[in-house]
Amino acid sequence: MIVTGALAAAGWLSKLTDLFAFTSVTQSVKKLEKLDPWFNTVIALIGIALVCGVADRTMPKGRGDKAAMGGSLIKTTTQKKFWLFLLPVVCAFSIGFIWPFAKGLFLSFCKFKTTSKFEWVGLSNYAKAFQDPSFVHAFWYTALFTVVSLVLINVIAFAVAYVLTQGIKGSNIFRTVFFMPNLIGGIVLGYTWSMIFDGILSRFGTSILLETKYGFWGLIILMCWQQIGYMMIIYIAGLQAVPESLHEAAKIDGASKWQTLWNVTIPNVMPSITICTFLSLTNGFKLFDQNLALTAGQPFLQNADGTVVKTTEMLALNIYNTFYGQNSAARGTAQAKAVLFFLLVAVISLVQLSATRKKEVQS
Amino acid sequence: MKYFIKNIVWDSVLSFFVNLKNPEKRTKALLTILLTIVCILYVMPVVIVLINSFKLNTFVKTDTFALPTGEMYAGMGNFETGMTFGNYPFWKSVLYSVTITVLSTAAILLFTSMAAWYISRVDSLLCRVVYYGCVFSMVVPFQMVMFTLSKTADTLRLNTPWTIPVIYVGFGAGLAVFMFVGFVKSIPLEIEEAAAIDGCGPVRTFFSVVLPMLKPTMISVGILEIMWVWNDYLLPYLSLDITKYRTIPIHIQYLKGSYGTVDLGAMMALILMSIIPVIVFYLTCQKHIIKGVAAGAVKG
Amino acid sequence: MKKAIALILSLVLCLSMFAGVASADSKGKVYWLNFKPESDADLQEIAAQYTQLTGVPVKVVTAAAGTYESTLTSEMDKTDAPTLFVVGNAAAVNTWGDYCYDLTGTAIANELNTDAYNLYDKDGKLCSIGYCYECFGIIVNKALLAKAGYSIDQITNFESLKAIAEDIHARANELGFDAFTSSGMDSSSSWRFSGHLANTDLYYESVADGWQAGPCPATITGAYLDNYKNLWDLYINNSSVDPAALATGGFDAEGEFLAEKAVFYQNGSWTYSACSALGDENIAMIPFYCGVEGEEMAGLNCGTENCWAVNSEASEEDIQATLDFMYWLVTTEEVSAKLNNTLGVMPYKNAAVSTNKFLADANAYANAGHYTMTWAFNFTPNVDTWRAALVAAMNIYDADQTDANWANVRTAFVEGWAAQYAAANG
Repeated sequence: MIVTGALAAAGWLSKLTDLFAFTSVTQSVKKLEKLDPWFNTVIALIGIALVCGVADRTMPKGRGDKAAMGGSLIKTTTQKKFWLFLLPVVCAFSIGFIWPFAKGLFLSFCKFKTTSKFEWVGLSNYAKAFQDPSFVHAFWYTALFTVVSLVLINVIAFAVAYVLTQGIKGSNIFRTVFFMPNLIGGIVLGYTWSMIFDGILSRFGTSILLETKYGFWGLIILMCWQQIGYMMIIYIAGLQAVPESLHEAAKIDGASKWQTLWNVTIPNVMPSITICTFLSLTNGFKLFDQNLALTAGQPFLQNADGTVVKTTEMLALNIYNTFYGQNSAARGTAQAKAVLFFLLVAVISLVQLSATRKKEVQS
Repeated sequence: MKYFIKNIVWDSVLSFFVNLKNPEKRTKALLTILLTIVCILYVMPVVIVLINSFKLNTFVKTDTFALPTGEMYAGMGNFETGMTFGNYPFWKSVLYSVTITVLSTAAILLFTSMAAWYISRVDSLLCRVVYYGCVFSMVVPFQMVMFTLSKTADTLRLNTPWTIPVIYVGFGAGLAVFMFVGFVKSIPLEIEEAAAIDGCGPVRTFFSVVLPMLKPTMISVGILEIMWVWNDYLLPYLSLDITKYRTIPIHIQYLKGSYGTVDLGAMMALILMSIIPVIVFYLTCQKHIIKGVAAGAVKG
Repeated sequence: MKKAIALILSLVLCLSMFAGVASADSKGKVYWLNFKPESDADLQEIAAQYTQLTGVPVKVVTAAAGTYESTLTSEMDKTDAPTLFVVGNAAAVNTWGDYCYDLTGTAIANELNTDAYNLYDKDGKLCSIGYCYECFGIIVNKALLAKAGYSIDQITNFESLKAIAEDIHARANELGFDAFTSSGMDSSSSWRFSGHLANTDLYYESVADGWQAGPCPATITGAYLDNYKNLWDLYINNSSVDPAALATGGFDAEGEFLAEKAVFYQNGSWTYSACSALGDENIAMIPFYCGVEGEEMAGLNCGTENCWAVNSEASEEDIQATLDFMYWLVTTEEVSAKLNNTLGVMPYKNAAVSTNKFLADANAYANAGHYTMTWAFNFTPNVDTWRAALVAAMNIYDADQTDANWANVRTAFVEGWAAQYAAANG
């Protein structure tokens, strides 16, 4: 038992010394990849645990009130259980997010077919991504889709929420029904609606796969059907939080219903509006399942040079198709597109964050 | 249903005519009637799936909106063929979907709530790093990591329904940690301190003092995670060993793209079978779901 | 107590990662990535039979239609990569050559009775070997044809085919059957037209421009696209299905043919096991008559893209297990007979003799001096992508059969080829 353990340890040690005999980053990454993945993972996780243990003893500076809390009874005893409370999430987070993210970022500068065989090519993937007409098309198509769906979903959802908070009969049942589609998955929704649209369009001798506008509006209808209920719930919560006294004050001042809506209600549900706007914004940009199941990019626009633009293909699907399409030389480009996509979504979210903060300060 | 028709719709119609002179009541009655119509339209897609699941394949395309009567009626045939469609038994997909959803949600709730409590109570440099890392991961779209993640899932054998929760915890930690931290911060420290003075260690403090207080947030996070994991297509499709394990969305997507002719009738039967549990779940936990969504969105 | 539970729970996450490690098997194992969805059920059965017989685990996985290449790419990156996969043409040899085990001198290679379907890389390594060859054309229900008042001998070129088909279509109500089965364009059926029917143009082009034996041309001319259009128009306008409804598919052409709802059905020898239900005497396969001069002497489209390659990166035991499995497939009477029906004729010395009626038809044409149309479509660069674009263009044309829309199909066909060639080789 001890002997085998020692042997295994010696084997791992020799692998470890192997690791440090590298000359360049690319080479060392390649060397790492060649080792037993279990060896890699265990070493990496132990490393993470050690680094975390050290970092955990370091206190951030410059927060007076928090420092007082830091000295509390709970803190010191809890800190001893670091491995129980924090380590599982840190490990899973490293495996499920940090490593794939870092490797993905790295690979966007490489030419690769599989993740284990790659070659550094610098920025050329990004250049190719920008030159790809299908990517550019997908960007504008996604942007257009997002704006249209954002406006429609939010206006309708707000209207429904407003009506439902006016104390009409059956509000609860309506709320239940409108929210229901939200729980059905994108793939299932896509095929359900593709059947419905084709059932209608086939009477006119056409199909949702044949015209871009059908694909576009079809997806809009689908998304409205799915998302209105969700946004409605958020608006209802916002509307219910508006103090009744404000409405009564407006009534006493002799304001009409519209005036109350514009000048009292809407300013007071601004936080909900911001949340819903950005939720539908990111939802629109990240949309994948519904797009895949409903049209999968059809119809294609045939360019004179033989390339095609899939006219109803959105960004996420475009990236997916570039990755897993037949042209294995395009994987690097796909990863570069994915990085650009990430930057886009991140910027939107940052704007959201600052907007929400501002609104909070105002109110 | 009867109640709905009798007391709401009928009353509204009556009230509309009775209150013809009272504009406010009249409008309300009118709105109820209008919303009832919209509601009926709203459930139509599900109804259409229902009627088509009893229709023979060839008629699904040609008579989508007709009732499955006469020669169109397929009986339970679609459900029978659907069960073994695509050389893969449907009940297996259901089983895997349930397994993955339950395990992942449970793991996310347990581990992230623990981490969130630690983060907000200890507040060391590491905590800050982890917290901002989680916030950061919320804005990263899945496409960014999918290619490398599927390779990682394969090498580390996280490609089975029993191990894929590790990935879900990793990729889904962001939102959950964010929401839990937001809530824990609002819990007064005194209660925990009192527990500590009474001699509770951190583990006991957490499980017997903090956890019960976290219940409302647990529910909203849990609902959001269940909705995400159950309906997720791309992550399990790329991570799982799909030669062995398919979830319901993967199964349905596979039917469309392969194995000879697509039997639309059987496909509708499968779609119906995948919608029914969701609707049942929704109707039983409706209050929690709606509350959870409202709370989650306001925080997120 | 609670402490213990918490401890265990936190360990679960870490330990669960170690759960799925496969146990090593000295016998080796076989993983066959198959690319013919229609053969899946038979192959699964044969695999189970072999496992029962020898104890060697055989896994057969079938890629969804039109996704073989992408499935192969992602599967090859995995720990348990396919040991047996399909490398069916020169382009695939370029992509996957590095992963091909040199089959020269192996027992299975020595069993081959022809070198015609073997693929070599530029260094002369035997990368893949044909495991069956097939033929396709237009399958005719002779009994129905007779009911309509015609006989198969009357069909000798496109004109006669067209006249008969249009007459049957016009009388469809009275006869109770139509001329052609549906031509669904969903991925389960579109390959019949974007792949096989495209051979009308590609074959005649390859003869005219001399690339029949390769290599893949960087550009094509589309000189015979009008002939492709001839047949396609005939298919979609002489069937019971509205052409505009073809795009979303969901039709069952084989079912229609077996239910005797149509006389003509374009498909290949691999459907023989299903079609034989109509009786050998009632079915026959005729060539693609598409209006090319001298086509009276045309034969069926014969060839293969079914070539086995063995993964050189697999472990030695797995490679050996795979080679043994292949040897068993082609030398066991009962199994090879089954494969003959589901895949096509196996070109091996000790394989069962084929009883496939359609391949017999192919031989009959060849023996009567008709020229065989070789599989020029095997050269298609980035084949799945090229076909997807072609299908999308054809969908638009089907719903609205104008010249402008056909010009679009032509672009997808000709310029699409050049674009995909550049993408694959650039």
